[in-house]
Amino acid sequence: MPAELRELVQEAQARWTSRVGLSLDGADGTACQMECEPSELPEICNWLFSDRHYSFGGLVVEQRTRWELRYAFYGSEASWVHVVTYLSDAGDRFPSISGLVHAADWHEREAEDLFGLVFEGHPRLGDFVLHNDVWQDGVTPMRKTFDGRKPVTHRAPDLNWKPRRIVEETGAFAMPVGPVHSTATAPVYFQLETVGEDVIRAQPRLFYAYRGLEKIAEGRRADDVLLIAERISGTSAFAHSLALCQGVERLCHVEVPQRAASLRVFLAELERLRHHVAAIAGVCESTGLAVAAAHAAILEEDLLRISGSLTGHRYLFGLNAFGGLSTDFDDAACGRGAAAVAQVAEKLTVLQGMLSASSSFLDRLEEVGIVSFANARDFGLVGPIARASGLSRDLRKAQPYCGYDAIKFEVPQESEGDGYARLRLLFREAEQSARIVSAITRDLPAGRFRIPETDLRQGAALGWVEAPGGAALHWIRLGEEGRVERYRIITPSFANWHGFRLAAESFAFQDFPIILATFALSVHENDR
Amino acid sequence: MSQWVIRGLRTGVKSTRYPRVEETAAGTSPGLPVSTALSSDLAQSLVAHCPVDALHPSITGVDVSLRQCIHCFRCVRATNNPMDWKGGYEWATAASDRNEKGTRFGPAFSRSVHILVVDAGDCGACLNEVKQLNNPYYNMHRLGFFLTPTPRHADVLLVVGALTDHMRLPLRKAYDAMPTPKRVVAAGACALSGGIFGQSFMCAGGVGEFLPVDVEVPGNPPPPLAILHGLLVAVGRKPTAGSHHGPGGPAENGSG
Ligand code: SF4
Repeated sequence: MPAELRELVQEAQARWTSRVGLSLDGADGTACQMECEPSELPEICNWLFSDRHYSFGGLVVEQRTRWELRYAFYGSEASWVHVVTYLSDAGDRFPSISGLVHAADWHEREAEDLFGLVFEGHPRLGDFVLHNDVWQDGVTPMRKTFDGRKPVTHRAPDLNWKPRRIVEETGAFAMPVGPVHSTATAPVYFQLETVGEDVIRAQPRLFYAYRGLEKIAEGRRADDVLLIAERISGTSAFAHSLALCQGVERLCHVEVPQRAASLRVFLAELERLRHHVAAIAGVCESTGLAVAAAHAAILEEDLLRISGSLTGHRYLFGLNAFGGLSTDFDDAACGRGAAAVAQVAEKLTVLQGMLSASSSFLDRLEEVGIVSFANARDFGLVGPIARASGLSRDLRKAQPYCGYDAIKFEVPQESEGDGYARLRLLFREAEQSARIVSAITRDLPAGRFRIPETDLRQGAALGWVEAPGGAALHWIRLGEEGRVERYRIITPSFANWHGFRLAAESFAFQDFPIILATFALSVHENDR
Repeated sequence: MSQWVIRGLRTGVKSTRYPRVEETAAGTSPGLPVSTALSSDLAQSLVAHCPVDALHPSITGVDVSLRQCIHCFRCVRATNNPMDWKGGYEWATAASDRNEKGTRFGPAFSRSVHILVVDAGDCGACLNEVKQLNNPYYNMHRLGFFLTPTPRHADVLLVVGALTDHMRLPLRKAYDAMPTPKRVVAAGACALSGGIFGQSFMCAGGVGEFLPVDVEVPGNPPPPLAILHGLLVAVGRKPTAGSHHGPGGPAENGSG
């Protein structure tokens, strides 16, 4: 058992004795479950988050014979802590923890919207996942009684509906942007409230691309849900399908062959590299640096072609399977792929050098869109965004999987938390990914690429990965005949969109698109 | 600034020569399954592999409906008698009866064309492939195609995604705001049939019921060249896939 967890368990025993049911789960003792009454939730979660500095992973709501709420936290060593509470099916009121653990804010809003639960003390529930101008009151699609296969009757469209304005000030102006805006962008609406040049409030309205994935997964076969996992966010498809696979494999006690684990790392890092290169292209474009944007775009297409010619699919769809991968790759082909990746990485270094010598470009990024370390922590930001603000948690190190603990790589970190820090971080992480790709293809283990049959068991488990955007958690519960009973998808974009306004507010209006680009957020990954 | 000019010149010309010359670079297209001759027993078991009912037994073997196919590769990898798989990217078909022959749509679109892209709720892959059309490899400006952010300037509406309930009104408003004559190109299995998302409380199962779609581009996601072909079809500068009797011909329009 990791020292961190042992210490935590001792303190929890001393501190909460009779009020908490402590149990160590998981064969390797890496997960600890703390069961408590709903009324104890805020205090316990706050202790984990504020005193023990555990990260808040997310909230999983399940409607079984009674309500089961699971708050997943993780530490910097291999240790998960799940705080679990129950309430009879007849009740629906829980205390809100987001006053103390602000990272839980959007999780509670989502559960209120989709399950119809009440989080007492939450200041700002309301229009969120289900848009109030579309949905009738009282529809709770995630409840078991709701049939997700049928269309729903909506309100008559109200063409004049607008989100609530917050800034009341002489000269205040609300600029509506979206949901269809700019060229080829994902649907999101911003109400930018400005006074003069400065953006005072920049609350995004999301979930235009809400496809109800958690709901439509229910009742389907697990391997079909894998196809849904790939399509949570097409640009992070491999990461999400890997998270689901690892959840199912943990549940079913499947040990993935070494070759499969190594190939998974190879593909996951290829995807991360491509994701970061696309993000870099976005930043260059947002500042109007057309030549640099074109160069980065060339590299993105190069990586898409490398993925396409090696695996058949430019976005790495159809590769992950329970127990390994759906197909094997020739070692020589992987080597050629890695060599091509190394060329891309070289060009990326040249691009970085040129950008860091372009003062007009740097002027647009430096000291713009700042997120402080404290804010990043309170809002539970993840991935490169958090690491650019000095918060360095990375699940590949904190909760290793796929043999990442045996791979040598760095988790880069910056401290300024501004646009330039985020851009530098993308470059540095891309470089690390390229290194992992070439190291892992140098000695790919021989052997099987898949365990032929995975015996699906009943029960639930958590799968996790460090997706390109940050921590992704998939909670999967299987019932009879390998059918999915509950699939909870917690994505990095959901965490980071929550904190996005921190960066955008109090900066000038013309900086807004640049700040948005440096966050490289996925709407699809957020909306699900 | 001169460093950028030099760098730009040293990179040389990257652009594909499609549509004048076929593009054959590796990794530009995932290809698609095509109708396969098989005994009826084998055909039955193969059909069962498809998660979205894209495969159907035919007299000679198995037919595939490209509007449904989500590129999951199960019919080629998970079986000993796989479907035939074919490269290429000229997959677009004309969906409405107005242009069944795949002939020119008329002179209104013979010059530069402005395109409004609406993401009606996809996974982001189709949208990303649309974005690639502006990268130097595809550089669609050279063909007179331009993306526009405003429906008032748009000649073609390019829709991706399964059409979520939240995007119905924005999509309708965008379409209505476009001047006539206008064309609608639906790209990707989700926009055509709902794809893996199907029909549900949140998804309409494609945009066809909601808008008059002129051109359909299958794929999950369709690669940039396939989308480019769809746009060329929409403006009458390329024949549809069906007119070659290639995969995804008009025979299967309306199926599923
Ligand atoms: S690749 Fe297409 S046709 Fe083949 S099984 Fe998958 S969805 Fe069906």
